[in-house]
Amino acid sequence: MNVVVCLKQVPAKIKIEIDPKTGALASGGVDRAINPPDLYALEEGVRIKEKTKGKLTVLSVGPAKADESLKEAIGYGADEGILLCDPAFEGSDTWATAHILGKALGKIGEFLLVICGKQSIDGETGQVAAQLAEALGAPFVPLVNQIEELGETSIRVRRMSDEGHQVIEMMLPGVITVVKEINTPRIPSLRGLMAAKKAVIPVWNAQALGVDPAAVGSAGSPSRVARVFFPQRPGKSEMLQGDPEGQVGQLVDRLRQARAI
Amino acid sequence: MSAESGATGDIWVVTQQRDGQTRAASYALIGQARKLADACQARVAAVCLHDGVKDADQLAAFGADRVYMVGGPVPDGWNDDAYVKELSDLARRDRPGAILATSGALGSSVIPRVAMALGTSVAANCVSVDLDPQSQTLVHTRPAFGGSLMANVVFAGRRPQMATVRPHAYRKGQPDAARQAEMVRVDFDKAAVTSRSQLLSVVQDLAGRVRLDEAEVIVCGGRGLGKAENFQIVAELAEVLGAALGTSRPPVDDGWVPYSQQVGQTGKTVSPRLYIACGVAGAPQHLAGMQTSEIIVAINEDPKAPIFEVATYGLVGDLFKIVPLLTSKLREARG
Repeated sequence: MNVVVCLKQVPAKIKIEIDPKTGALASGGVDRAINPPDLYALEEGVRIKEKTKGKLTVLSVGPAKADESLKEAIGYGADEGILLCDPAFEGSDTWATAHILGKALGKIGEFLLVICGKQSIDGETGQVAAQLAEALGAPFVPLVNQIEELGETSIRVRRMSDEGHQVIEMMLPGVITVVKEINTPRIPSLRGLMAAKKAVIPVWNAQALGVDPAAVGSAGSPSRVARVFFPQRPGKSEMLQGDPEGQVGQLVDRLRQARAI
Repeated sequence: MSAESGATGDIWVVTQQRDGQTRAASYALIGQARKLADACQARVAAVCLHDGVKDADQLAAFGADRVYMVGGPVPDGWNDDAYVKELSDLARRDRPGAILATSGALGSSVIPRVAMALGTSVAANCVSVDLDPQSQTLVHTRPAFGGSLMANVVFAGRRPQMATVRPHAYRKGQPDAARQAEMVRVDFDKAAVTSRSQLLSVVQDLAGRVRLDEAEVIVCGGRGLGKAENFQIVAELAEVLGAALGTSRPPVDDGWVPYSQQVGQTGKTVSPRLYIACGVAGAPQHLAGMQTSEIIVAINEDPKAPIFEVATYGLVGDLFKIVPLLTSKLREARG
């Protein structure tokens, strides 16, 4: 079975800084890594590939440097990585990102299952996988915590729901997102690391994908970020002093005053 | 479509029900949509994606000028394909300026799919939606990078503007029984939708529990509890407060608490009015999932624990003494 996993490269640390002069994100010199929730998607993709003796392709929309994350994915067991990169893609919102990924999947052609992580830790929208499914005209199940059965034409999954879990049968090809509970990602093998080192990551640009450069990126995206700022904190922490009895008394008074209880 | 005029157009709120009753978060969002609409002479429409809504008259009382009732029975909890088609067909027909919904199940599947179908984006998990008086367009404020950064998202010309809004972003307002709404019934043949996914079974192991993403108050137990049995003391505090019980990553990894209760980067993002962290150190990945909570109480024996950096009130001490004291004091107060 041909499986595709979509990855995002994100800052390795979520503590971020804003350039005080420009107000822009200070992203220069920041270590980057595979978005942690995507590692569960990658592991699940590798497991399916091994079980079905299929092929696992990893895709990422990102800057030229994102090829490092795709190589890393090959270290974990992916067969190939393709970077979707073009200056015209910069500043793409979720619609544009899903549009680009959809074009890439169209170009790949033969695939039965697309697996994505729950959301990215930087943008935190959790929207792209659902939008990708719609772009492909494919069914979608989010928050899968177990694949119960994988067939040639359908997949049976357990997914987290408001009240517990649901077991859903979905036609293939389809798109799912997975959560941490689904597996424990492996550590890359020595052989994997060697393969990663040797891997060549093809780059598909707007032209190769048949993406209209004017329809994506900062210029073409339906939405844009007009401003970023640090959230206002309600002031310093108040440390409640005294013995446990006194601390609890003060806490209850304050929570009552704030009408929080 | 009002792409050129910049006018806001109708503001739609996609409502969510449980057992036929509209959820408080949907009412709160209708209230905010009312304020936005009043500021730009627009109308508010409440959209019900199925006709099993028992409190439709209330949707008017809380601010809707129009209520869309899409025909067909309540699906069995899994009919995204139908909902996506319903909502996108309706939006193509009546061309709203904006579509708002609460984040959660609807916001993670139906809303982004509808946006894609309509050629627009979603400002996801917003903490507020305001009106820019000059451009008469919406300004969506949403957290990113684990709540350590906020972004204003705007839609230049594309309509509808779409957003999902966190459950506690707005409080449910006061109903005005004199308000009337136009009822618009929409025929929709759900059987005509080729549903490519089928619900086989439901495991309601969380039914009856207070849900993390909806809770006004969350009591969170961390590694400091030491072992699974000790969660009893935080569970008792949660019960007295009518709170949801959360946890951090280590207790989940050690198998003390199910993953569905995990708050943080790889778990759930929550933003309750009150978050009480008991024995939680406050790793960046945990803070990322809860630091936008309104009031944060931290109880930890280590005064250097990072959780105190985001806490509104900090109690340094033995949680095994403090938490039961708090529980009994609150229990007494409730009589």
